[in-house]
Amino acid sequence: MAYEPQADFGTPQVASETRVTLTIDGRSVTVPQGTSLMRAAALTGGSIPKLCASDNLAAFGSCRLCLVEVDGMRGTPASCTTPAAEGMTVHTQTPRLQKLRRGVMELYISDHPLDCLTCSANNDCELQDQAAAVGLRDVRFGYAGENHLGLAADTSNPYFDFDPSKCIACSRCVRACDEVQGTFALTMDGRGFASKISAGQAGDDFLSSECVSCGACVQACPTATLQEKAVKEIGKPERSVITTCAYCGVGCTFRAEMRGEQLVRMVPWKDGKANHGHSCVKGRFAWGYAQHKDRITAPMIRESIDQPWREVSWDEALGFAASRLQSIKAQYGARALGGITSSRCTNEETFLVQKLVRAGFGTNNVDTCARVCHSPTGYGLKTTFGTSAGTQDFDSVEHSDVILVIGANPTDAHPVFASRMKRRLRKGAKLIVIDPRRIDLVRSAHIAAEYHLPLQPGTNVAVLTAMAHVIVTEGLADEAFIRERCDWDEYQDWARFVSDERHSPEVLEAVSRVPAADLRAAARLFATGGNGAIYYGLGVTEHSQGSSTVMAIANLAMATGNVGRPGVGVNPLRGQNNVQGACDMGSFPHELSGYRHISDTATRALFEADWGVTLDPEPGLRIPNMLDAAVDGSFRAIYIQGEDILQSDPNTHHVAAGLKAMDCVIVHDLFLNETANYAHVFLPGSTFLEKTGTFTNAERRIQMVRKVMEPANGMEDWQVTQALANAMGLGWNYTHPSQIMDEVARLTPSFAGVSHARLDEAGSLQWPVNEAHPDGSPIMHEAGFANGKGKFVVTDYVPTDEKTGPRFPLLLTTGRILSHYNVGAQTRRTANTAWHPEDLLEMHPTDAENRGLKSGDWTRLASRTGETTLRLLVTDRVAPGVVYTTFHHPATQANVVTTEFSDWATNCPEYKVTAVQVMASNGPTDWQEDYEALSARSRRIAPEIPAEAAE
Amino acid sequence: MNRSARLVEIVAAHAGREGPLLPLLHEVQAEFGCVDGEAEAQLAHALNLSRAEVHGVVSFYHDFTATADPRPCVQLCRAEACQARGVEALVPAAQAAAGGRVKLHDVYCLGLCSVGPNARVGDQLYARLDQGSLVELIERA
Repeated sequence: MAYEPQADFGTPQVASETRVTLTIDGRSVTVPQGTSLMRAAALTGGSIPKLCASDNLAAFGSCRLCLVEVDGMRGTPASCTTPAAEGMTVHTQTPRLQKLRRGVMELYISDHPLDCLTCSANNDCELQDQAAAVGLRDVRFGYAGENHLGLAADTSNPYFDFDPSKCIACSRCVRACDEVQGTFALTMDGRGFASKISAGQAGDDFLSSECVSCGACVQACPTATLQEKAVKEIGKPERSVITTCAYCGVGCTFRAEMRGEQLVRMVPWKDGKANHGHSCVKGRFAWGYAQHKDRITAPMIRESIDQPWREVSWDEALGFAASRLQSIKAQYGARALGGITSSRCTNEETFLVQKLVRAGFGTNNVDTCARVCHSPTGYGLKTTFGTSAGTQDFDSVEHSDVILVIGANPTDAHPVFASRMKRRLRKGAKLIVIDPRRIDLVRSAHIAAEYHLPLQPGTNVAVLTAMAHVIVTEGLADEAFIRERCDWDEYQDWARFVSDERHSPEVLEAVSRVPAADLRAAARLFATGGNGAIYYGLGVTEHSQGSSTVMAIANLAMATGNVGRPGVGVNPLRGQNNVQGACDMGSFPHELSGYRHISDTATRALFEADWGVTLDPEPGLRIPNMLDAAVDGSFRAIYIQGEDILQSDPNTHHVAAGLKAMDCVIVHDLFLNETANYAHVFLPGSTFLEKTGTFTNAERRIQMVRKVMEPANGMEDWQVTQALANAMGLGWNYTHPSQIMDEVARLTPSFAGVSHARLDEAGSLQWPVNEAHPDGSPIMHEAGFANGKGKFVVTDYVPTDEKTGPRFPLLLTTGRILSHYNVGAQTRRTANTAWHPEDLLEMHPTDAENRGLKSGDWTRLASRTGETTLRLLVTDRVAPGVVYTTFHHPATQANVVTTEFSDWATNCPEYKVTAVQVMASNGPTDWQEDYEALSARSRRIAPEIPAEAAE
Repeated sequence: MNRSARLVEIVAAHAGREGPLLPLLHEVQAEFGCVDGEAEAQLAHALNLSRAEVHGVVSFYHDFTATADPRPCVQLCRAEACQARGVEALVPAAQAAAGGRVKLHDVYCLGLCSVGPNARVGDQLYARLDQGSLVELIERA
């Protein structure tokens, strides 16, 4: 695709059933009532000059350039603020209008630098275009008068500059920050001629203001006032490719704008059905890791992990890996081998890795990083609703009346969706937040939760069961829905269970510490407030009762009749770009693609016929079991694609011991990650910019990832996996990822209608896509649950075994921050570190005072498992007795502290509850020092030995 | 009582009011002689607005100032009607009378165009000023 801006219709689309027909410049046009004249004109192919209007912002009417004449109307109204009416006759280009517009433009240009030829926005500037459109030839006022040309630029943001000398005060940036992002970080300072855009207050710059660097203002700016530093450095892009972001599970569509092989910028794409043209700091700006100097692009091997790495050819690396795998298989059997698929990689790549393990290694020892995040979602929703996925699309939130957020922090972890949710909240939807921490959604500009239930970590089930108790005992359940959609007897069993006095909010207050009156009020609001939608994240799943909590959520949705239409539903917010897809593709040891159990003979037969192999009918090992087996000596080799289990998985010591015990650890990644410290083979990976395939986001939306540039390592990740398979003699011959998707479609009923060609045509598709749903399924369970009847499951609250006591009196819970992503492998290698250079430990002022600690102090964080040190932040965001930190930085290694307790059903680790003690510290722990030394030692790469001179 | 605590009281006095920002800003300005950055931030937090929004409002209005000026203030209208009725001739004497003690603040229209030159001290308006009455007004301020 060439480089040209996306069409802008000036004002937003209006949803009205009533249509009006009018004439614009002699052309008849029919539009929904309420559509602006500007938009109507644009729809006829016309173009009315404009500066302050944009179709993602409400009409503002300040630039006075879009004036039109309307027959029978006095004056020259602004076309952006004038709605189209039946029978109107509008003229958009007349001599009178020309004169007026030119006069307005003269005023703008009299206070704008005339440096177009050297300006970074030259030829990509709306002001320049509009000056041409109105036929500006002269500026009668001259340029000598008082002006703003000397104002200094604000370069504090690492990704974009603000140059007020070029500002025309159209307020688009302010409105984008308010309406699109919902942060309200910008304002118009002063009045009249002194008006200027200000981030925050006097004395603030963009970095110190409330700005979250989402890029909406940069996108909105019609001049070079707010512009990406990269455009200034590199120049105007010359071609572009539409692709999908590789950060969180929102799955934003971006346009990668290129200059040759160089990426200039990522611009959110308006037609992206998940993001509708919005972005966050990660997807928009934090892609510099792809070219970071730490990136490894040549394969490397070593005999043992105490040796330095040796760069070798692909053939040598793959041959080395294959022979080790085969000799281990010969000696210890297929079950000594295993693999881990990545939620960061494409569906096609993930499918291929699990195929390599099942068909090539000959074992079902394949697992995925969803094990440590959303495996309880898969289990819980499959049990209750019949499918392992969220029920809604993101657009559904526009129809919600009550939004319940539990164990999720959308403004930090799913910012683009959070902006949508906040927009709906500003329009009047009510919010209930269940979270131990006062997350931003509880209270931030123009958003306030009706109820915040600050529960003790580990008591989700108690709180949700208490809510169910209120709903059932107060007669608020939706009996008609339950009788029609669910099994009535099962419901009655469940209702009897939750009605028991021991589940009342008053009794459970003792364990959850949630005031019973608040809990009752919140439950009543959810049951009676209209369309109720539940959004949840890892604060639900990463517990010993993760699966129970997911089922308790599903119970609540069914009991209140909130399933199967827009505005309601159960919505897991997926952490990684392709967690949904990795699970769909059969990455779990017990399931083939489409969540079909490996023990099912018919399903296995289908795959066996297609792959020409016999599959093991027994489920394989999960990640923690693989590590246990490795320590025991029965598991000896692993192929890990795009996951850093040493940093991300709980109890780092145990992970390290497991990896160390193996004979062959193959890490396939962009960087020498922490896991690679224990690896024997390093296969360089490719970034999402360098490959073709698909990602599936949290709304089950399958979207194309398109190759933007050639892989720096020479191969896309699916090619690497294929090369490894072929080194083992499997004889695969895929020539394009679309063939892998065709294989998935052939073997998976819910993907039957999916192909790359179909995705190119439709933009994206939400599975299931098959004969029953040829265009996909934005909302699930519309006519009935996937498994026939919705299943109520009794969820008894069982306290975790991880308990506080005199030695470990505090509860640690962990999470993420906006500017970083997961273990930080990517974001730590970008300028996002400007916002979050290290992990901090949040502690309530009372607990800090008791320990004589203050913000900035070094503290030792110790649990029964291990200890680490990090700096303290004293804040009342966390309740007394609770401390919180993030796990983005390997120097901190929060997971040295976390325990091996895990979800009873899926082994998802209990990251969110660890009993800890915190005390003053004066330096890193022994583990931190030893580990740093080990890291340095194991990342050594041997210098190249010069080849002997040929004789 | 420190300023922050007093601000909490002022905010509490306006609790439940629809559109409380402007009345609050007036009260803060009257109480502290200014609405500084700290007050902006505290009001933003109390009203669940962003700091930028409160700053935008404060900086828009003449009557809110970022720093306190302890001097008495006399507003003198120098708009067209008052100019026509001779205010410009009074300015040098007014400036001399004000000196460094009184803040002489030019304003543009106090809404009494037919009876200028006009001035305002606090909420009191003064019309038909001549040099003597204006100087006296400034000296008494």
